[in-house]
Amino acid sequence: MKTSIPHIASNTFREAVRDRVLYNLIAFALLLSGAAILVGQISIEIEKLVVINLGLTAVSLFGVVIAIFIGIGLVSKEIEKRTLYTVLSRPVRRWEFIVGKFFGLAGTLTVNTFFMAIGVFAALFYVSHRFVRADALIFVALYFIILEFLIVCSLALLFSSFSSPLLSAVFAFSLFVIGSFSEDLRNFASMAHGVSRWLATGAACLVPNFSAFNVIASIAHEQPVAVQLILQNTLYALFYAAMALSGAVLIFEHRDLK
Amino acid sequence: MSPEPIMPSIEILGLEKTYQVGFWRKRPKQALRPLHLQVEDGEIFGFLGPNGAGKTTTLKLLMGLIFPTSGSARILGREWTDPAVKAQIGFLPEQPYFYDYLTAHELLEYYAQLSGVPGKLRRQRIEQVLHQVGLRDVQGVQLRKFSKGMLQRVGIGQAILHDPKLVFFDEPMSGLDPMGRREVRDLMEQLKQEGKTVFFSTHILSDAEALCDRVAIIHKGEVLRVGAVDDLTSSVRGKVEVIWQGSQIPASIKALGAECHVTADMVRAILDEKHQDAVIDALRRERLRLVSVTPVRTSLETYFVEKLRHAETTAGSIAGGA
Repeated sequence: MKTSIPHIASNTFREAVRDRVLYNLIAFALLLSGAAILVGQISIEIEKLVVINLGLTAVSLFGVVIAIFIGIGLVSKEIEKRTLYTVLSRPVRRWEFIVGKFFGLAGTLTVNTFFMAIGVFAALFYVSHRFVRADALIFVALYFIILEFLIVCSLALLFSSFSSPLLSAVFAFSLFVIGSFSEDLRNFASMAHGVSRWLATGAACLVPNFSAFNVIASIAHEQPVAVQLILQNTLYALFYAAMALSGAVLIFEHRDLK
Repeated sequence: MSPEPIMPSIEILGLEKTYQVGFWRKRPKQALRPLHLQVEDGEIFGFLGPNGAGKTTTLKLLMGLIFPTSGSARILGREWTDPAVKAQIGFLPEQPYFYDYLTAHELLEYYAQLSGVPGKLRRQRIEQVLHQVGLRDVQGVQLRKFSKGMLQRVGIGQAILHDPKLVFFDEPMSGLDPMGRREVRDLMEQLKQEGKTVFFSTHILSDAEALCDRVAIIHKGEVLRVGAVDDLTSSVRGKVEVIWQGSQIPASIKALGAECHVTADMVRAILDEKHQDAVIDALRRERLRLVSVTPVRTSLETYFVEKLRHAETTAGSIAGGA
């Protein structure tokens, strides 16, 4: 039996495009061009640093917001509107539906990130009038941002498979915020004693370690990224997303579509 | 060598569904009592019942959208959970809602892909179905601009798109105008002529009476009766209806205990079959013009209402007795 994943993924992508999700690019372009013009006028030495920092942070935040807001409705909206009935009554397995949705959303975010990256490079060129070898490091930061999106997408899907969109949004945002400070949580765990230590260590292991993906500041200062970190982050993101997706599949496989 | 037995299209073997309702203190609510039903190959089978009877629950169970508390089913000779079965069945849910950002053509294309319709056949099949459900002229319009009736047509289109052997329709006439209802009836008859099996739920009994070979009546999650429409509608045996022109009722006919109704220039009398010849003779004697003599049949609606009332009364007396 052929898999339905590519068809479900492409339909999810088409839905995002038709629902004007990519319009966020206009806001992003306005933000970045405004910042580039402003920074170009008020600073001489740090304009490049500001553009890279602001640009990449905006890429990450815009993407996370899209991942959460689309991701939380991917399953629950289909159940609520009953569009799922005519899909699952076909030779489509439930896990294929979840995985297809995941790839559709991940694809949307990758395309979105691609266009934003063009914006970042354009702004960079505007303020520095040339590219240097160290600017290639931006690609590593963008790669890490996409890995981060994979985790957020899978988490949003996981929550969407069993709770309402509102609760899913709260859970996903909370995990994103906690995950962004997971390094602090780890530090706290190493300093704590007794039950607090166990609890903090457990929480630090469970929440996604988004701090490890944030290399924006070091890249803005043209510091290289270790190959080991790239490998480690890749494996971590794939493993975490696979785990969250498996959880979503496990829940969805046994769920009654009332 | 004996001929191979014809396999039933659907065999429901004690499917049962109980939901847990309530927030804090969960309590069981039985939506479907153990259901046993067999639908033969090539027939139009009507699943009749009032709202909340368990029709949609049954269909959802068969489609794998909800899971049974117990029981199983076989569709086209295979386990109903087998994904290969789903390639051979079509399903129209009640009040269907589709991806409204797609056009009718795009939606059918998507469903054709999911159903595994080969690429070469896809375009031709979509064109054919769009024509069949009368949406050819609006195939490029996004579904968010469609009326309820047009969405119902899209729903029927997607259900028959992949040329399934067995089609499930949940309230297919809902939201359609009289012309639309007629077209759906014609389509169902066409599907039957093509050798397909049609299983449809409805509470519009005139449609069921006109279309179905057999029906099941379901009430409060329990099947009350399964049978051929003819068997259910001919339960008033031994009565005939005689109609003649004029407003005169001969005394000899009155004496036979006929129940007479005079309307405009016609008299309609209902009486025992055994008096049929006597009535005809009396009309001849009185030189009254006979219009028709027909056996009296209950309509499916009358039968349905009586069956439901009886079920309610029985349930009431059991509850009262308890």
